[in-house]
Order: sequence, then structure tokens, then C-alpha cells
Amino acid sequence: MNELQTILSDSIAKLLGDHVNKEVIQQAEEGQWPAELWDALVENGMTRILVPEAQEGAGANWEDAHVVLKAAGEHSAPVPLAEAILAGFILGRAGIAVPEGVVTVMEGDFKLESGRLSGVAKSVAWGRNATHAVTVVESGWGVETVLAPLQYARIEKDQNVAREPRDTLSFDHVVVDTAWAGLPGNAVRLYGALIRSIQMAGALDYLTRASVQYANERTQFGKPIGKFQAIQQQLAVLSTQSAAVGIAAAHAAARADKVSSGDAAAFEIAVAKVRADDASSAATSIAHQVHGAIGFTYEHGLHFATRRLWSWRAEFGSGAEWADWLGRETFARGADGLWPYVTAR
Amino acid sequence: MQTFRFDLCELPEETKGLRQEVRDFLAVELKHIPAVTRAQTWSGSDPEFSRKMGAKGWIGMRWPKQYGGHERSAFDRYVVLEEMLAAGAPVGAHWIGDRQSGPLLLNFGTEEQRQLILPKVARGECYFCIGMSEPDSGSDLAATRTKAEKVEGGYKVNGTKLWTSGAHHAHYMIALFRTSPDKHTGLTQFLVDLKNTDGITIRPIKDLAGNSHFNEVVFQDAFVPDNMLVGTEGSGWAQVGAELAFERSGPERYLSSFLLMIEMIRELQKRGGTEGAREIGRLVAHLVTLRQMSLSVAGMLDKGENPALEASVVKDLGAVFEQDMPVKAHELLGIAPTVGTGNDFEQVLGYLTQTVPSFSLRGGTREILRGIIARGLGLR
Repeated sequence: MNELQTILSDSIAKLLGDHVNKEVIQQAEEGQWPAELWDALVENGMTRILVPEAQEGAGANWEDAHVVLKAAGEHSAPVPLAEAILAGFILGRAGIAVPEGVVTVMEGDFKLESGRLSGVAKSVAWGRNATHAVTVVESGWGVETVLAPLQYARIEKDQNVAREPRDTLSFDHVVVDTAWAGLPGNAVRLYGALIRSIQMAGALDYLTRASVQYANERTQFGKPIGKFQAIQQQLAVLSTQSAAVGIAAAHAAARADKVSSGDAAAFEIAVAKVRADDASSAATSIAHQVHGAIGFTYEHGLHFATRRLWSWRAEFGSGAEWADWLGRETFARGADGLWPYVTAR
Repeated sequence: MQTFRFDLCELPEETKGLRQEVRDFLAVELKHIPAVTRAQTWSGSDPEFSRKMGAKGWIGMRWPKQYGGHERSAFDRYVVLEEMLAAGAPVGAHWIGDRQSGPLLLNFGTEEQRQLILPKVARGECYFCIGMSEPDSGSDLAATRTKAEKVEGGYKVNGTKLWTSGAHHAHYMIALFRTSPDKHTGLTQFLVDLKNTDGITIRPIKDLAGNSHFNEVVFQDAFVPDNMLVGTEGSGWAQVGAELAFERSGPERYLSSFLLMIEMIRELQKRGGTEGAREIGRLVAHLVTLRQMSLSVAGMLDKGENPALEASVVKDLGAVFEQDMPVKAHELLGIAPTVGTGNDFEQVLGYLTQTVPSFSLRGGTREILRGIIARGLGLR
């Protein structure tokens, strides 16, 4: 980590440590907006970390943002921090000023006509709490970034299994800000997969830490269960899965900084999302097995992370979807093209 | 809890020229070697090929020039290794000497031992095997019983080493012998001249695939002179630990089934369409991630850090990946593996289906590695 990343890492850990706890997450699941947490993140510039300095952002890059996103995943922060960071990135690229308020991202089936947006977006994170949503739309003009105010959108509340708001937003000729995106048409899905992969890496780190700690504390047959080889072997697997996703996500973030079109990082982002999906199935299973019945209660906090992993692995393209894409790309390059491609990146 | 860490590591731009040079070399050298032979990668032995690599300066790449090395970076070495493995080059003859025995002698060997041996290893002319396992000492290495008894001018060795890969080709064995009854501090490493020592019998052991890569090596009053003791008497256990870190740290720990992955893609492509794309995509995701982890270990080696724990993580994940390959190939294509007949895919599948069980045994079993990782996590 460079100096900026170390500072970011310390300050985000402190912010989330101070403001995220079981009560806050639980209240958020019951529908309460964690205003204190959100305000603290905004005040400290975390939501605008990828917004250029000229637009009052931190002007940081994905490798820096990676530190913040991973911490958000590790703490199960019940706010659209990752979405706001992505929205800032997309708006910054398009040169659209980032509005005050809560800005989220959305994917949908949209039509853009004379600066008016129509269509429906499903599973929009914190749509009900957001003031604006950002998307990219392919129109006759190319790929355009769209900043849509939400006061004229119809909002149907929904949620994922982590009980994070995932709302349906409908637009009917809503006046929006637009600009040439400078990003591929699937930018929300692509970078959405990136932010989720990084958050998943954070959540997996949490699972490892929490499970090791529990195994060292819980005593059965006269000794901590972590002293049993059966448990040790399971926890070793959990930790290796977490480590794999950690580096896959970091690699994707680093790669996202190196390309101007955005498209060229798709390979590494797909790798990260697939790897995170694969790991989360094994890791959640082991974490719950090690925690036993207590981990299955609502009272214990383990599920805040495991339910997020079960949700996130399917968001912005499941592992299956990205694996399919990776496989097709591999076929297109041919059997003997795989190794040269992998080593040239 | 910060037990192991995988920092991103990017290969320096300067390695690109070297990579191309290796590819050009392999394009010529491997042209007529069938896929099923290439699938043996670092188990395949070809002294002539090793000598050619030595002439290219691709063995002992990191060693000091005074010992025949080339003082190249860990990244240069990494690029050569991964290109050799991905192409299926027969690097087995010199692999162990280059990977662990040479570095061991650099760390602990005497000046005389280094001068005598390292230049020959770097030329691709001198090969090593590892004398650790015994009939009653596998994962439990401290149970080593082969005894080196002090006699005039050296040691008299009696006992048996087992599963010794390449002993029939090797000039030397780095052997772990018992010099006193103390469990850990009674172990000492020796350099054993296999070609010029009386009282050593090497018997091949046929593996389940019918190949004879590993051996039983019996010592009957074999004399090993004092100057062939490596490091200090009683430090064998600690030295072996350092040696195993080298043994586990390379890209061969995830690339052993790579040739099958390539043939699998080729076979699927014959069918046209996108059948199997998703499964191949998953394998690609795992391959790319493992490579990043493996590169991270190379980065630690370059900085002079000790990647013992990280190497265990990569080896454990890598072996699972390698062993999954024939399973995936079977599930996806449903084509019977063959021996001696059939196309490249069928033969490579035949070879690897039979060989992969050893991948989580050699160099430390899966259970031992996971035990090491658990210790790193603070559970032991």
C-alpha cells in the first residue's frame, strides 16, 4: 500500500468501526437510513473518492478505492457507499458534476430521447433513499452517461436476502443530465461487478477472522474447537479462498486504472467476480459449520456477512454469467491463444 | 490477524524480451514432442534439453556468477519457469537442483561444496534428488530413521529412503539423516554422491500409471565423508524447513495440468458453438488468480522475504485446481482417456487422470499444508 492507501485504510477502518455495529445494521434491515454513518462517510470524502479533484472529489484511482470498498464489505456497512463511489467514477468520466445527496447506480432497459429518460431499472441499491441514480445508455449518439433525479421516478421497494434495499425504479420521460460517457455500454454492470468483487473480498476476510476467533474461544470436549484438526483443516480452506479473492479483486482494481476505455479491464473484472462467487459458496458454508448453531441465529452477527455474500455473488452478473463470457472470449482466442493472452496482461 | 499476505506484483517490463526469447527457443525445441510427453512437464527428464537450457543461462539464474549463476532477478527466473511449464518442456532433470538443492547449498553449503557442484548444476549437467521420505517417515519427517553414524573421516549410513523422484538419474541426493536420537536436533543434511558411493542401491518403483519416476534408495554401510555434511550437524530440521519453502514456491504448483486445459479447449472448439464455455471460463478465472498469487510469492522472493506460508497457500489451492482438471474434462467431454493410442486430448487425459492423485502428496500433503496454514492463522 502506498501512503494515500495507508491513510485511507486507517481512516475508513476508524469511520466504519465507529459507526457500524450490530444495532446499526439491524436497524438498517428494518428500514432505517443510517444517517450518521452516511454523513460521516460523506464528510470524509469517501463517497467522492473517484471523482476528479477538479470536480471537488479526491481524484483517487481504483487501487485506492479498493481499500475503501474492501473495508465496506468487511464491515457490512449498510449504506450505498460502493454504489456512490461508482456513480462518482462514471460521472467524473463524463464530466458531469456530482450532485449533493445520495447518488446510486442503476442498470435497466432505457430509452433516451431528447434528454428525457424512460424505462425500468430493477434491483437498484437504496433506490428509496437516493436522490439521484446514474446509468449509461447506448443511444444513436453512442454511449451516454445519464444522471437522473429520482423525485419523478416511481419506486417499488424490494430487497435482497441481506435485506439491503434493491428497489425497482420506473422513469417516464424524466428530464436528465447527459454527457458522452467515455466508457463501454455495459459500464454499470462491469464496474458493478468490480465493486461487488472487492466488497466480497472484504466480507470473506471478515468470515475468516470471525471464524478463527470463534474457534479459539468456543470450547468442547475440554478444549477450544480450533485445536481439532477437522476444524483447522476447514479454516485453512476458508482462509485460502479468502486470500484468492483478495488478490483477484486487487488485480482487477489495479487493471481498471490502466485502461482508458474501461473495456480492457473486463477480463480481470470477470476473473474476480467468478473467483469471488466460487469462493463465497465454500467460505460461507465453512464459516457457518465452524460457528455451529449460534451462527445460525439472528442474534449472532455472522449472517450479516454471509447473507451479503449470497446476495452479492448474483449481483452485476453472477459468476456463471461472467464465466460464460470468459469462456467465450477464450474460445475466440483459441486454445493456443490463452497463455499468451494471460501473460501479456 | 495478519497471517499471510498476497501483495499484487507486476512483472517488470524488461521481462518481455526474455519471455519472447524463451518462446522462440521452445518453438524449435518442442516442435516434435507429442502433447502427452509434454504433459509430464517437470516430471519429464531430458538431459540434452537441460544442457541446452544451461547454455542459455536459464538454470541457476539467481545465483552468484562465481558459482556459475547469472545474477538475474526472481522475475526473470519466474518468466522462464512459467513459460517452460506452460509449454510442457522436459525440465525434470535439472528442476530439483535449480529449485532447491542449489539454493540450499548457497545458504548452508561449504565453499568447497558450492565450487564443486553449483557450476555443473547451472550448466544443466548435474542433477539432484531429495532424500527426505522413508518407509516410516512420510508426513512425519521428524520420524526419520536412516542413521548416519560418526566414523573416522565421515559417517556410515544405514537405512532406506523412499519415493525418491529421479534418484535413478540424479548425481547427488540431499539427504536428511539421523545423527542422534534427539527428535528434531538429531537430524542432519548430507550431500550424497550417488554415482560414486559404495553401499547404495537404487530400485525403481513402478507407479500406478506404469511409470518409474520414483525409487527406493537403500543405504548399507555407505560412507559419506565429513566434507559432505551440509550446514551444521543437528540443524537438518531447520534447514529442511527452508528447503521446503523453495520446494513449494514455484509456478509448477498450479500448472501441472495446464496442458490438459489447452487440449480440452481445443477439443471443445472442434464441436463448434459455445458448449463448455462456462466451465472453461471458471477454469480461466482460477488459472489467472493462481498466477497472480504465484507472482506475489515471486515478488516476496525478490525482496528477500520468506514466503513459506504464502507458498503453502498457493500449493494447496494449486493442487485442487490441477486435480480438478481431469474431472472437468471428463464431465464436459465424456471421452474415454487412453494410453498409447488416441488423439492428444485422449492421451493427455489418460496421463493426467492417473497422475493427479500425486499432486497433493508430493512436496507436502494437502493435510500437512493445511496444518501449516492453520498454524499461520494462530490455531496451533
